[in-house]
Formats: sequence, C-alpha cells, structure tokens
Amino acid sequence: MKKNFFILGIISVIFFFFIVFYLGLDKENTYEPNIVTNKKIESFTAEKLFEDGQVKSDNIFSENKVYLLNIWASWCLPCQKEHDFLMQLKNTHSIEIIGLNYKDKLSNARKFIEELGNPYALSLRDKDGTIAILFGAYGLPETYIIKDKKIIKKYIGPIDNISIKEIITYTK
Amino acid sequence: MIFNFIGFYSLLFSLIFSLVILYYSYIEVKNHQSQLNPKTFIFSFLHLLFVVISFLSLVISFINSDFSNETVFNNSHTTKPLFYKISGTWGNHEGSLLLWLLVLSLFIYFFLIYSKKEPKKYRVQTLVFQHFIIIGFTLFIILTSNPFTYLFPIPNEGLGLNPILQDPALAIHPPILYLGYVGCSIIFSSSLSALVNNYVNKNWAIHIKRWALISWIFLTIGILLGSIWAYYELGWGGFWFWDPVENVSLMPWICLTALIHSLLILEKKNLFTSWILILSFSTFLLSVSGTFLVRSGILNSVHTFANDPERGLFILCFLFILTIFCLVIFLKYKNQNSINNTLAFLSKETSVLINNWFMMYFLAVVFIGTTYPIFLEVISNEKISVGPPFYIKLIVPFFLPFLVLMALGPNTFFLKTNLKKYNLKLLIYFILSVIISILLANLMTTKDLFLTLILVGSIFLFISSFRDFFVKKDKYYSQRISHFAFSLLILSIILNIAFSTEVITNLKVGEKFKFNDNLIDFQSISVTQEKNYKSLNAKFKIQDNNEIVYLEPSLRIYNQPKTITSEADIKTNIYSDKFLVFNLINDEEIYNIKYQNKPFMIWIWISAVLLSLGGFVNFLEKRKI
Repeated sequence: MKKNFFILGIISVIFFFFIVFYLGLDKENTYEPNIVTNKKIESFTAEKLFEDGQVKSDNIFSENKVYLLNIWASWCLPCQKEHDFLMQLKNTHSIEIIGLNYKDKLSNARKFIEELGNPYALSLRDKDGTIAILFGAYGLPETYIIKDKKIIKKYIGPIDNISIKEIITYTK
Repeated sequence: MIFNFIGFYSLLFSLIFSLVILYYSYIEVKNHQSQLNPKTFIFSFLHLLFVVISFLSLVISFINSDFSNETVFNNSHTTKPLFYKISGTWGNHEGSLLLWLLVLSLFIYFFLIYSKKEPKKYRVQTLVFQHFIIIGFTLFIILTSNPFTYLFPIPNEGLGLNPILQDPALAIHPPILYLGYVGCSIIFSSSLSALVNNYVNKNWAIHIKRWALISWIFLTIGILLGSIWAYYELGWGGFWFWDPVENVSLMPWICLTALIHSLLILEKKNLFTSWILILSFSTFLLSVSGTFLVRSGILNSVHTFANDPERGLFILCFLFILTIFCLVIFLKYKNQNSINNTLAFLSKETSVLINNWFMMYFLAVVFIGTTYPIFLEVISNEKISVGPPFYIKLIVPFFLPFLVLMALGPNTFFLKTNLKKYNLKLLIYFILSVIISILLANLMTTKDLFLTLILVGSIFLFISSFRDFFVKKDKYYSQRISHFAFSLLILSIILNIAFSTEVITNLKVGEKFKFNDNLIDFQSISVTQEKNYKSLNAKFKIQDNNEIVYLEPSLRIYNQPKTITSEADIKTNIYSDKFLVFNLINDEEIYNIKYQNKPFMIWIWISAVLLSLGGFVNFLEKRKI
C-alpha cells in the first residue's frame, strides 16, 4: 500500500513536469537582458539643450506621473528611424517625453530636431555621457519608462509600434 | 543535389536496419546459444555505415555550398573558409541532430566490439535499448528536422553561419560535448539491461566504468571548450555565466561525477546498486532534457537556437516515454538486486556517499535554478531570470565542507588505522591553509568572508592532495590528479574573482584614460577587408602596474548575415590575462572600452585539462580487485 502511494507520487511528479514543460512550449520567450527595474533614479543636474541653464532631476520628475526618457544623438542612425514613432507618440498620447541628447555637437543636435520635429517636452544635454551611465544605458537609442521616480521598463534599441502599444498601457 | 538524395535515403535505410536489429535481437534473446550471432554485428555495421554516409552527404553538401539543400542555404555561404563550412554542418539544429545520431550509432557499435567478455543476453539487451533510443532520434530527425530538405529554385547564395560561431574552439565544441552526452546513452542502455539481467555487480561496474569515464572526459573537455569560447568570443571577460545552456551541460557532468565515484565502490562491494542505477538513468535523462531545453527554445538564453514548439513537443514526449519506461523497469526488477550491506563509519563507502550527497545538492540547485523560471512563467505568468547570485548564494557556502571532505575522503584508510598521527598532520595543514588564506584575503580588493572560507578549503585540498603524490605508496594516480586539479581549479577561480580589476570608459582615437596611476592610451585605428568581413583594428597601449602591454582588439563587421562581433585582444602569461575589448556606440568617433586584468586565467584552463587527464589516467589504470 505504502509502495503504491510512493509510485503514484513519482508518476504524478513526472506528469506535473510534463504538463508544465508542455505549456511552457507555447510561451513566447524573447530574450530580455537582465535589467534592474523598479530602481529609483539617481538625481543629477543637466544642461538644457535649447536654452542656457541647468535643471535638477528632482524638479523634472514628479511623483504619480509617467514619463518617457529617450536617450538619443544626431549621429545615431537608429535614432532617426525611431524619431517618427516618438513624434507619433507625442501627437496622439498624453505622455511627457524627455529627451537626453548624448555626446553630441550642440549645432548638430539642434539641427536634427529642427528638421525632424521636436517630440520632447523637455530636452536635456548629456555632454560627456555621464547621465546616461546613471540610467545604465548600453548604447543608443534607449528608452525608459519612469513612474514615481522609478524606472519600470527599459527598451534597448529603437522603439516601434509594438513598444508604443506597451508604453500606452503604462500611462493608463 | 545528388547528396541530398543519398543522405536522406541512407537515413531511411539506417532506420530500417535499426528495426531489423531489433527483430534479430528478439530471436537472439530466445535462443540459448552462448555466442552472439555474427549477423548482429553485420547489421550493426550496416546501420552505422548508412548513418555515416548520411552524415558525410551533409558535410559534402556544406563543402560544395550546395544551396539546393535548405540547411546549407540557411547556414552557409560561399565566402566562408573551408574549416567553418565543415563545422557549419553541426552548427545548426538539423545537422547537430544528425551528429547526435552518428555518435549514438558509433558508441553502440564500439560497445558491441569491446564487450565480448560480457554475458550474451546483457549485450543483446543493451543493443535493443540503444536502438530504441536511436529509432526515437531517427524519427525525430526525419519527421521534424530533416537536414535534407530540397529547395527549388536553387538560391545562388546562402544566408551564412552566425559569425559568433566562427571560432576554432566552438567548431569542435559541439562534437566533443556530444561524445560526452551520448556516451551517457550507453550507460543508460547498459544499466537497463544489467538491471533486467540481474547483472548489477562487480563485473558490470568494472566494465561500465570505462564507458562512464569516456563520457566524463569528453563532457569535461566539451564544457571547457565552450567556456574558452565564451571567454574569447562573447567579449564579456567571464568564463561561466550560469546561463541555462551552460547549466544544462553541467547537470549531466555532476551526475556522472557522482556515478563514477559510486562505481568505485561497486567494483569492490555489492553496495549502492539501486542508487547507481538511478544515477545512470538520470545522467542520460538529464542529457536528453538538456537537448529538450536547448532545442525547443523554452529557455531564455544568450544561446539563440531555432525555436520550434513542434520539435520541443517531440523531444518532450520522447523524454517522458524514456522516464516512465525506466521507472517501470526499475520498480519491476529492482528487488532482485538489492543486497543488504551495512555501512561502516569512516570507510571508503561513507566518503563516497558524502560525495554523492554534495553532488546531488549541487545538481538540485542547478536544476531548480534552470527550470524554475519555466515553472513560474507557466503557473503565474511572471518572467524572471535566475542569475549568478542565486547559484553563488546556494553553492558557495557548501564548498568549504565539500573541499575539506574531498581532501579527507581518499584517506579514510589512514584515518581509521593511524588516527592520531594523521590527525596532527591534518591539523597542521589546516592551520597552514587558514594562515595563507588570511594573508591572501588581506591583499584582496573585495573583502568577502565566503571567498576566504573557500580559499581555506581549496588550499587545504591543494596541500593534502599534493602531499598524497609523494606519501601514498599505491600506483593509482588518477584520483590524486583529479582531486589536485579540482583544488587548483577552485583556487584559480577564487583568485581570479578576488584580484580581477576592470575599467570601463568611452574614448576617442588619440585619447588617454588614467586610473590608479595606470594608463590606457587609444593610439590608432585602421580598417582592413577580409574574405567575409570588414575588420576595424584598434591599437592600445596599456600601462598597468609598471608593465606596458600593447593590445590590438578588433571589431568584425560581417556581411552575411550582417552582424558585428567584437574580438577581444588578450595577452596571456602565467600570472594573468590582460583583456581588452572595444565596441561601437553607433558612432564613428567614440568607442566603448573595457579593460580587464584577470589573474590566473590560464590556470583555470590548465586545471580543467588536468581534471580530464585524471579521468584518462583512471581509464588506463588496471585496478586490483
């Protein structure tokens, strides 16, 4: 009797594994790098891109609000591709997009925005690339969703229609 | 084109011969002749021959860049060097499965040849079980991943082999690892057969230990090669990332290590029979589940493989049929094999048992870490990735007792007979290792208690296994070499972790970067055009602790498919590796630079080679029973 229970136990464990693996097969599994999310953003001071003067991060991000921080540069080709999507996002949805211009020439950066349009509610300048490091950026472009002063989601590479749909769900 | 045809039909013929072998084996088991029917050999040979032909056809298609073959089209390119055209054969899903099949067939053929002293029934039934596995894999290949799919119209050019795989270490990594994985299949079939024939005894242990050792040696070297590749090619500067795919190769290795230790006991006494059978089954089942986890794409991993749920389902079903089958046979026959023997405290048996406990614990940790994300996702839809901290937290604390016991284990004989004298020596060694560790720990940049504790353990094992070379009188060097190599491995890993330094910075050409009185000077960059890629070669001058080295890492921009890989430049000497890698930041001017000074790197590779050498020596040793 005891032995039967034991065997039954083993068999049910095996079946449990089978079912879990079977169900696991259907799950999509795009590889997501291990990113520290839910991390409070560090405070920094940045120059503004279009006017003189500096802003403190504490004055930019307020609690209970969702922001999109986009790191870009005029020399970055994927950023140009991404720009349309950012414009689209700005025109159709009420999310505040903050641009962080990374290691760029001031004149080039301004020209880039003049030609392609300005999706940013606020444009900051990261002359030596130190602010991007605070966010843990790997390369350009990268986009962060920031809520309650915390990074809750990170996109590496240009955003597209799929990520826009996702971003919208976070704003609700 | 013709080879497509030959390859596919040879595969079908091999399947037919598998069935024929099963039929003849059935007749063989029934008749009572003591000799094996020569026909069995002939059929096994023919089976192997057709698998070889099939495999060679694929290799030839790759060499000829025959793009009428879909596998070749997807994974090769005319501009690729010949060496990588050949290695491209197993660098993809379909080809690698054909290689599995080839190795499965090779092993059973050699098994038949080298087992002439064993009982006939046992040999025949091993053949039967092995051919069940072979048929399963052949069907898998034919039904879901046929490497000989015909393409029409014939494309002019192929899509290319993933450049990251174009590396000498990686080109031979899969075949070696497969020899290890698939070697486990022989252990599996033969232990099933031994169980059915009531042959789990000393003779079987001596006979099967050699197969276990072969698999273990190949598995060790295979893992080592993968690790070397990750170190040189992935450009992360690490050598073990606890990536699911790495874990999957580590699990059979742990299991096999436990099995080899247990077999040492079975060679002398009829002990642990059920346990040894369970280990033999799990080793192969873990290999197959490894194949499942990797090939189905169920896991998130840096190793990107073709993801096809249908294939996953096939292996999953196959795996569970094997598991249930094992379980049924085990429960049905296990009682006739159990002999009650009591364990003496402080005996070789206890030390092996303790080794097995540790091994099972490590196995459980790795297994849970690897599969837990799948369970969590299925049950609660949550995605997590289990990273190095999990493994380090759970494994590291157990390494101190593990290493100390590893030093004591082989000396239980001394412990029993000469307790006092030996104890004193041990105490001296232990105190000595504590002192050395504390001295080393003071030099470390990161203070970590666990690291220091493992350091104590590994130095202790290092000293006592080193002493064994000179003190012990017997001729069995294998255990000493392996244990010594293992202590060296752990020691170099710890020193490597503790004394590594890393600098990450962004630089333009001509810029200099200063850190702790050291200097990175980005001197120049040049572009060269190679056969199938464009290369950006940078030149750096590094001044590190009054030592000046020139490092020339490069970036390769491949055209087919368009990918960028970074080739780190590594200067190795016996003390340390200087590692430099650079990357584009989507810019022509600024580069991201990562410089690492990694001490004792070469010793990690050397000790892993020594470890497998230990296995090889054991393979050659003739033990007195």
